[in-house]
Amino acid sequence: MKVSSPRFKDNAREALADAALRESLRSFTRSFPLKRQEAIARLPEFDQLRDIGRAIKDHSLEHLDFYLERFEAQVTARGGQVHWCRDAAEARETILRLCREAGAKTVTKSKSMVGEEIDLNDHLETHGIQPIETDLGEYIIQVREESPSHILAPAIHLSSGQIADTFRDKHPELPAQRSLDDPQTVLEEARAVLRNKFLNADVGLTGANFLIAETGSVVVVTNEGNADLVMTLPKTHIVLAGLEKVVPTLEDGTTILRLLARSSTGQDTATYTTFCTGLGAEDDPDGPDALHIVLLDNGRSEMLAGAFREMLRCIRCGACLNHCPVYAQIGGHAYGWVYSGPMGKVLTPGLLGLDHAADLPNASSFCGKCEEVCPMRIPLPKMMRSWRERQFEEKRTPARARAGLRLWASLARRPALYRWVMGLTFGVLGRMGRRRGRFRRMPFAGGWTAVRDFPAPEGKTFLAQWAERKASER
Amino acid sequence: MSDARKDILERIRAGLGRGPLAEGAISGLEKNLAAPTRHLIPERGRGEGRALVDRFRAEAERANATIARIAAREDAPAGVAAYLKEHGLPTAIRAAPALENVSWTEQNGLTAGFGQAGADDAVGVTQAFAGVAETGTLVTLSGPQTPSSLNFLPDTHIVLLDSARIFAAYEDVWTRLRTELGSGEMPRAVTWIAGPSRSADIELKLLLGVHGPRRLHILLIDGQGG
Repeated sequence: MKVSSPRFKDNAREALADAALRESLRSFTRSFPLKRQEAIARLPEFDQLRDIGRAIKDHSLEHLDFYLERFEAQVTARGGQVHWCRDAAEARETILRLCREAGAKTVTKSKSMVGEEIDLNDHLETHGIQPIETDLGEYIIQVREESPSHILAPAIHLSSGQIADTFRDKHPELPAQRSLDDPQTVLEEARAVLRNKFLNADVGLTGANFLIAETGSVVVVTNEGNADLVMTLPKTHIVLAGLEKVVPTLEDGTTILRLLARSSTGQDTATYTTFCTGLGAEDDPDGPDALHIVLLDNGRSEMLAGAFREMLRCIRCGACLNHCPVYAQIGGHAYGWVYSGPMGKVLTPGLLGLDHAADLPNASSFCGKCEEVCPMRIPLPKMMRSWRERQFEEKRTPARARAGLRLWASLARRPALYRWVMGLTFGVLGRMGRRRGRFRRMPFAGGWTAVRDFPAPEGKTFLAQWAERKASER
Repeated sequence: MSDARKDILERIRAGLGRGPLAEGAISGLEKNLAAPTRHLIPERGRGEGRALVDRFRAEAERANATIARIAAREDAPAGVAAYLKEHGLPTAIRAAPALENVSWTEQNGLTAGFGQAGADDAVGVTQAFAGVAETGTLVTLSGPQTPSSLNFLPDTHIVLLDSARIFAAYEDVWTRLRTELGSGEMPRAVTWIAGPSRSADIELKLLLGVHGPRRLHILLIDGQGG
């Protein structure tokens, strides 16, 4: 999808003014955390399993070269083929070539965030191949020519009425007078339209939730069953997966699967979890004749080196989005790329570079909820801070903010001076603000006070109180 | 393309700050792949006997499946016919070849075809490899005896499950699969199924039957009663 992360601030402003969006987000950010809570209550070992899941992923990343080579060997032994792609362009070209070799006119797709990452649909369309999204939410936004606003509920920003209007517009072959009054009739229409597409597609393309090195299996999880139709009916199955998806064994994948659905939708398990392994036996009546697995790097291997390796543990459950107070206000589109919410704030600069995502790591209240709910215990706030540090080091932070930080830093390095200046500031501000208890406006802080008041300091500074308490304890 | 492979593996090793793994390290990793370790199995994935059957039932119903008990495999046609009649569904079924040795059409009003499902098959009847009590999940295998299209194309999905093949945890099923097929062998598709197809993509309303089956009915072959 097209990148609009650099205009994050404008995106966010527009989102805040969108009343319908705010309404969808309100019900959404209430319901998902609740469902997750209930699911975890039914699995008392949840936190222990998180620790194990984290260890499995850390181990897999630590030996990533070995497990990827083993995965490839197993896929090859079972009649499939692995294609290694360094970047988005290489992956797009590979997939286009595979589609052409299959003589494809249409490609059915089950939801793949990596597909959005490499802007696959545009590329296929430009070259005369029609990609068809089959996940219900993803199909809706495809016909609306929008991008997903959430990694697991892509059309969450739309009402049933909006979707009905879209269908009337985009399905002109159906009778104009038909009823599309409720979600059920909307669903029925999508089911009927897409059923034909499933049956007639030449190529099926899925993402992958996990890759299993032990067996060369690709694990795909859905509630709709669309991925299974996509990988069962067409003659060619292409899997597009980030290379961080590999885990060693079926047992390892199983442990993390216990965390996935509970964290994302609050289900004990997704409806369909398929372990898809090679081409199968000659006499298997279903399934493709060709299996291609496109393994994408696109910046991931570089993330192994530095402060962001832990981000590669991410299993794309969406829990951090569902619990984020910033996401709850602006929704997914404002982040300007496929990955939104807290995980997007860390991943987008990692994959696209800070040039394309300078505001993202700063759009955080640092409440810490994302890390608290992350099944893989990814320290998202710490990593957002690392991006901020890097911005400062690379002189990307605005000059005024840098000057302010530098001034503060020089003060903080001189404890006596710091105490004196802070004591003075506190005294003056405290006296000035005594009557109201807050300030409407502050010099040099107009951006902050434009939307909220600055509280007037009360009593002594923290350091002064600390010193007094220490003295009285003695 | 092999250039890309070489580059990526080099970048990974550079990112990890090391060269290729040493022989000793590799043989340790190989050992684990050859005999995978089980991790913590939660309490709800432990237990045995009737408790497992009861848990499977309760959890499958939570996931919007329905369950009926039959005494033996031979009772499957009657069970299928009763379910279809109760819901006013078509009586032409497409069944897995694994079930061909059961007499489907005598006195039940059913017409049966066997093999993979096509676009026009409204009712698919197949047989599960196992059940997982932990979450009421069916485990199905692809193959000529139980074609996987039967699980996804028909509107109505009916699955036979032998109660003796209900296991406590998913891991128990992996163990059984390795025993029956040989270590490292996998059919093309192993699918865990919990309830019928669903989505909450429209206004967070739970809707059943999005692309896969609208309903999932499990016939539990359970001679012991319950």
